[in-house]
Amino acid sequence: MPERARKIRVSCVLNGSASSFEAHPMARLLDVLREDLKLTGTKEGCGEGECGACSIEMDGVLVNSCLVPALQAQGAKIRTIEGVAIGESLHAVQQAFIAHGGAQCGICTPGMILAALNLLARHPEPDDAQIREGLSGNLCRCTGYMKIFESVVAAVRRAETGA
Amino acid sequence: METRVIGKSVPRKEGREKVTGRARYVDDLSFPGMLHGVTVRSPAARGRIRAVHFEGDIPWHEFTVVTAKDIPGKNCIALLIEDQPCLAAEFVSHPEEAVVLLAHHDKYLLEEARRSVRIEIEPLPGLFSIEDSLAQKEIIWGQDNIFKSFYVEKGDVDSAWARAEFVVEGTYETGAQEQLYIEPQGMIAQVNGAEGVTVWGSLQCPHYVHKALMILFGLPRERIRVVQAETGGGFGGKEEYPSMIAAHAALLARKSGRPVKIIYDRAEDMVATTKRHPSRTRHVTAVSRDGKLLAMDIDFTVDGGAYETLSPVVLSRGTIHAAGPYACANVRIRSRAVATNAPPHGAFRGFGAPQSVFALERHLDRVAEAVGIAPEELRRRNFIREGQTLAVGQVVKEKVDMNALLGRAFELSGYHAKRKQFAAENSDARGAIKKGIGFASFLHGAGFTGSGEEYLASEVAMEAMADGSVHILAGSTEMGQGTNTIFAQIAAEALRLDCEQIRIVQPDTAHVPNSGPTVASRTAMIVGKLVETAATKLLKTLRDSGFLREGYSAEDFSRACGEYITAHRELKSFVKYEHPRDLHWDDQKYSGDAYGAYAWAVYVAEVSVDMRTAEVRVNDFVAVQEVGRVINPVLAAGQIEGGVAQGIGFALYENVVWQEGRMVNAQMTNYVMPTSVDLPAIRVCFEEIPYGRGPAGAKGIGELPLDGTAPAIANAIAHATGVDVRAIPVTAETLLEMLEAVHA
Ligand code: FES
Ligand code: FES
Repeated sequence: MPERARKIRVSCVLNGSASSFEAHPMARLLDVLREDLKLTGTKEGCGEGECGACSIEMDGVLVNSCLVPALQAQGAKIRTIEGVAIGESLHAVQQAFIAHGGAQCGICTPGMILAALNLLARHPEPDDAQIREGLSGNLCRCTGYMKIFESVVAAVRRAETGA
Repeated sequence: METRVIGKSVPRKEGREKVTGRARYVDDLSFPGMLHGVTVRSPAARGRIRAVHFEGDIPWHEFTVVTAKDIPGKNCIALLIEDQPCLAAEFVSHPEEAVVLLAHHDKYLLEEARRSVRIEIEPLPGLFSIEDSLAQKEIIWGQDNIFKSFYVEKGDVDSAWARAEFVVEGTYETGAQEQLYIEPQGMIAQVNGAEGVTVWGSLQCPHYVHKALMILFGLPRERIRVVQAETGGGFGGKEEYPSMIAAHAALLARKSGRPVKIIYDRAEDMVATTKRHPSRTRHVTAVSRDGKLLAMDIDFTVDGGAYETLSPVVLSRGTIHAAGPYACANVRIRSRAVATNAPPHGAFRGFGAPQSVFALERHLDRVAEAVGIAPEELRRRNFIREGQTLAVGQVVKEKVDMNALLGRAFELSGYHAKRKQFAAENSDARGAIKKGIGFASFLHGAGFTGSGEEYLASEVAMEAMADGSVHILAGSTEMGQGTNTIFAQIAAEALRLDCEQIRIVQPDTAHVPNSGPTVASRTAMIVGKLVETAATKLLKTLRDSGFLREGYSAEDFSRACGEYITAHRELKSFVKYEHPRDLHWDDQKYSGDAYGAYAWAVYVAEVSVDMRTAEVRVNDFVAVQEVGRVINPVLAAGQIEGGVAQGIGFALYENVVWQEGRMVNAQMTNYVMPTSVDLPAIRVCFEEIPYGRGPAGAKGIGELPLDGTAPAIANAIAHATGVDVRAIPVTAETLLEMLEAVHA
């Protein structure tokens, strides 16, 4: 039976609080999040970096957690979908996804919302091309993306009007 | 008609759970002591199983191993018939057919173990194309490799050829298409003596799984329980195959005595589960000098793969839709589903219609060209009208106005101006980019075909609680398309309440009645009507009891429910489908009222083709349809947009590459679906004519957009390049070859 490397202890800031876990250094961060930390909001659609269902933010960068080895989380600031709403109060992007039909089956939604947040952090008032580009790493089979674009635009508008 | 919530974009019922990541899909569920399960599959397309070897440095004694011998009941996945084994015992009939199942608590070790099982097969020659199957190079199924055939006849086709000014022929093909729901398939099973078998999973049709497990385990109805977890997309792909995974998980659970979870990874999901049936259609059409269709002779064949599964039903829908929304006095449609040694092809949104509609709408552009009239003119001269008869002998009783839909679609897309403009621009031979605009006009029948709904006899229950909340109990599933929200709106409207007061009970065969499968664009229209009727009945009971007066408020309703329940213990209503008496269908002649209602549509696609790379871009897309009353505009538009996106994939990108019956590009990297940068603006427009028998006037909608998208794009490519597109997908490689041929 093949020996797998010993587990290591990894410390990071997860959704705003200090967190630490033990994992095999090459375990996928996706599995650590879902199985060890019970944060099942991050989804697996392909396991090969193509679909973006597993998107999370690490130090402000959008990454596919299925491609990130656990050891890379050491010292990082990580945000998953569980860290987007504040208690029961939803983020404007989440509200917009509900109001404008941005989520259908919902399996791409956590990753899509993190991609949208990451896009808005870089381009607070994105144009159509920037929205499309910013979300192009996240596949959605249900919506044809139109209602997702509308949701992002609506969230921007809300932020502008302060509504 | 004034409505409270119908016609309003009420937010999705389960939206909050979905945007916060709290919605629980099957892979998010876990049970104490749970094992993981995997499937060991056939390396060969066809052959005799000689032996199974458990090799490698694997502690096999720690594993639960299941083969066909461990099946307590019948070794089949029962659907229409019982030809498909749950686990191959002696023969394999397609690559990746399940042979052995393994379970262990360590996922990583399990994966190594799976690779260490060697299935030794004595190969037999296989069939890998429609042609070879029809030629009966081998007999691999029944007497003649044919799962099912249909013959539809209207008028006298053969009498028309002599009168025809033109006879136009053509053969058209469509490829397999992967559903590619983003959540791969999965199931968890638990088996114990007292309760029997329970499964939780990603699925569309809990009662299909229920039936398959009853037969596999030889257990009575009440000892099998199927629960739908939140489901991350289906599109038909989770119609029949979940029964297979549920069966596998349950067999492992039974043998190990532990809960077992099977989750497919993407590659396994693509290589082993169903896809859209590849098809071949041949048209011979007789036309008069002024462009009247005199006769349509259509021959339609689909590749069903190795077992029958749903092929007869897919073939049926494809056959009935093959002659489109046209009035032609003489029509003959011959069709068949054939066996090949590929994994069974199955349900995919549109269910046979996208295949035959592609052929027809591409063919009619060619017919128009032969006659020398514009493609829209040919359609206009032949569109069916109220009172006329469809190919299957159904008299259209709806207020259909295809001309108006065509006009609206052309106006929104600027069709006429662009048609001219592009023709002028394209005539400059040096231009590297050619543009084109094309359209398709089509119909889609909602609900089960013919007497299907009568046999299904769907049921829905409704229960009001003492606090005034109203629960809807049905086996219909939410998989993103909006069932929960639509049902809540229909019930809320009928009860004059707000949607928040309505609760949809999770589909669980132990608690909900069988409202039929969630397929065939039937849920909103057929089951929704049952929900409406159940609500009306519930309200009547409450009214008749004297607890509720005219002009009640939500509080009055809640109070009345409380009082009624105190007096009578419970407040429930129950409704069963009744087939309208004026709808008749003859299964022998295959004629009559095929569907209670049709959706009607005209789609326009604008494309540009890079003549150097042969890459096609869709620049604009207009989808105009009449689907009865729209219950929720945001959800309805979302259905059309998503369907059009899948149709664009079907037309241009999604190419399943086969090698001896096996998909060899089973990855998202090389099987390409549209991303956010590939799609045009998809502009959706609904014309609303309330349908008398639909809930609040609604008709079915879900499958429609798959039918017309691909032919509209193919016609636009032909317009742009002059290439006579006969097959999809039109990938850059195939188009490049065709361009070279045209310009050689
Ligand atoms: S699961 Fe990570 S990109 Fe698809
Ligand atoms: S909502 Fe289903 S994949 Fe995006």
